[in-house]
Amino acid sequence: MELFLQQLINGIVQGSIYALIALGYTMVYGVLRLINFAHGDVFMLGAFIGFYTANLLGISQPSVGALILVMTVSMAGSAAVGLVIERFAYRPVRKFSRLTSLITAIGVSLLLEYAAQFVFGATPKSFPTIFETQNISLFGNVTISNDSILIIIVSIFLMVMLNLIVFKTKLGKAMRAVSFNLDVAKLMGINTDFIIAFTFALGSALAAAAGILYSVHFTKIDPLMGLLIGLKAFVAAVLGGIGNITGAVLGGLLLGIAEIMVSGYISSSYKDVFAFLILILVLIVKPAGLLGSAAQEKV
Amino acid sequence: MFAAFIACEKKQDSTNTGNNNTTPKSGDTIKIGEYGSLTGEKATFGQSTKKGIELAQEEINKAGGLLGKQVEIIVEDTRGLPQESTTVVQKLIDKDKVIAVLGEVASTNSLAGGAVCQEKQVPMITPSSTNADVTKIGDQIFRVCFVDDFQGEVMAKFAANTLKVKKIAILRDNGSDYSKGLSNFFEQTFKKLGGEIIAIESFQDKDSDFSAQLTKLKGLKPEALYVPGYYTQAGQIAQQARKNGITVPIMGGDGWDSQTLFDIGKDALNGCYISNHYTIEDPDPDVQKFITSFKAKFGETPDALAALAYDAAKIMFDSIKRAGSTDKKAIRDAIAQTKDFKGVTGVITIGANRDAVKSAVILEIQDGKYKFKESVKPDNAPVASTETAPATTPEIKAVAIK
Repeated sequence: MELFLQQLINGIVQGSIYALIALGYTMVYGVLRLINFAHGDVFMLGAFIGFYTANLLGISQPSVGALILVMTVSMAGSAAVGLVIERFAYRPVRKFSRLTSLITAIGVSLLLEYAAQFVFGATPKSFPTIFETQNISLFGNVTISNDSILIIIVSIFLMVMLNLIVFKTKLGKAMRAVSFNLDVAKLMGINTDFIIAFTFALGSALAAAAGILYSVHFTKIDPLMGLLIGLKAFVAAVLGGIGNITGAVLGGLLLGIAEIMVSGYISSSYKDVFAFLILILVLIVKPAGLLGSAAQEKV
Repeated sequence: MFAAFIACEKKQDSTNTGNNNTTPKSGDTIKIGEYGSLTGEKATFGQSTKKGIELAQEEINKAGGLLGKQVEIIVEDTRGLPQESTTVVQKLIDKDKVIAVLGEVASTNSLAGGAVCQEKQVPMITPSSTNADVTKIGDQIFRVCFVDDFQGEVMAKFAANTLKVKKIAILRDNGSDYSKGLSNFFEQTFKKLGGEIIAIESFQDKDSDFSAQLTKLKGLKPEALYVPGYYTQAGQIAQQARKNGITVPIMGGDGWDSQTLFDIGKDALNGCYISNHYTIEDPDPDVQKFITSFKAKFGETPDALAALAYDAAKIMFDSIKRAGSTDKKAIRDAIAQTKDFKGVTGVITIGANRDAVKSAVILEIQDGKYKFKESVKPDNAPVASTETAPATTPEIKAVAIK
């Protein structure tokens, strides 16, 4: 039982990271109907911005302040990168078919990955210790590290904040309008370019937050780190119902727990098989994903 | 036309600089070919190897050469490519008429170059290709490093005899032949020595999260972990194991040997052990002499590849001396008969399958540095130890020094 609970906690931590990245995927998709394949690479950039920020500032003592500072710089930097990508890669092709945008997204993803290898080098780097990790004993032999708790709290917090922004603010209303019908939104006087740019900035900032938390937890970063995890987060978003914010978190958690349970009780060789098997099964039963429905208003 | 002529002449020039030609008259020298990745992605491999061989050549020529002649090493660059390896080895044999060949580091390239040597019946020694297939090419191909599988055996002996642990769990990369090879032989040997493998868990090449496997292993309470993998993941596994509350020693192989390991693993690596080819901390006077000469000549500390290359060259010279002639077949037979050759990477005997039978060193990691622990011989108990472990009697120590 203790073993099971420990694995469950491991799964929730892993799932929360998927959820954080899936949030950005799902939001951009909700507004633009664009699967932003470069999202996982913005996650990677966020980690590297954090790496260089921490090193330039010469942070030697881990502290909560250091973590918040590094995370803020990284989120701002990645938001800027998101804006640049949107302005120069996606906006020019927005008027063409969706396939064009999709191919552009793949191109941006490859560009970021290989540019990063060129600039940062392909060798994995060790992420500086900006946050002191500690083990907290829950009961019996079941432990959780404080950075794991942080990951879970941040992902829940960001999910709630996103929901508030999307459903309670005027900006959110505009986002939903753009999502519903871009041309009509434009006719109603909504600055759609601004709304779309804002969506990208927000999504990229979320990816950067995930990048920092991931790096604090796993301590290693490299230019291709966003590749597989981006794909998994995409699966999580689809699983939960792409375009649905709560669904992204649910999908992420489900995927994380499933992977850990398969690794813990069967074999890690099969974990991806199970992850994608779940995806296929869910999509057969509920094609729109767990929380998605064709009629529901998406963001 | 003129341009082509100049280009040709230039090429000639560059070949000559690489030759390290000590005597002008080629008829009076013993010509040995060397092929290596002097440029390209694996350039450091080839460069280290070249330096090791160069030092050995300098020493033998100072001591009067071989069979009354100076030794000439003709170096060719493979740029780290197998097709290039084939071409340059053909050139070495057909045009330069070398009597034996040294090289390469990467197993893929040794396989390509080795095939040519085998076909033309020219003996070849690879200093550092560890893939088992390399010496299976044929009876002309030898190596002076140990094979991947042997490392698993060495670590198992260390765990059973020195660490004196009985229950070990293995965490391995199921997609890597290296990792599986080490793991299988570790398991075999450790069981033979009366130990128990309580679990074999696996991970994949791109994994960063090992929490599921480590949680499971922690519950089984192993006395040590064996993680035959490469440095990046090894560092992460050590970190996460400590975070998970696993405090037992973690053991690995030469795949751990990189500065990146320390960058990622940090303090979590304290008290972990790896098996490797050689260490600069080895107190053996021959090893220390080699390190001093190497530093004096090149201004840097020799890595394992340089040490293996040095040994490969010395075994080649020794075999030619024992053969007493430049006849290729006599040299081949002499290499095959190499027995108890005292090299800097251990005492080397060429086994029946033309692989080196030799000891490996066990290093302990302490604060980002390796500490020499002991060297383990293939078929005996530990033979040398810096510590006065009760199991190591003075008698056994003397064997090691010999």
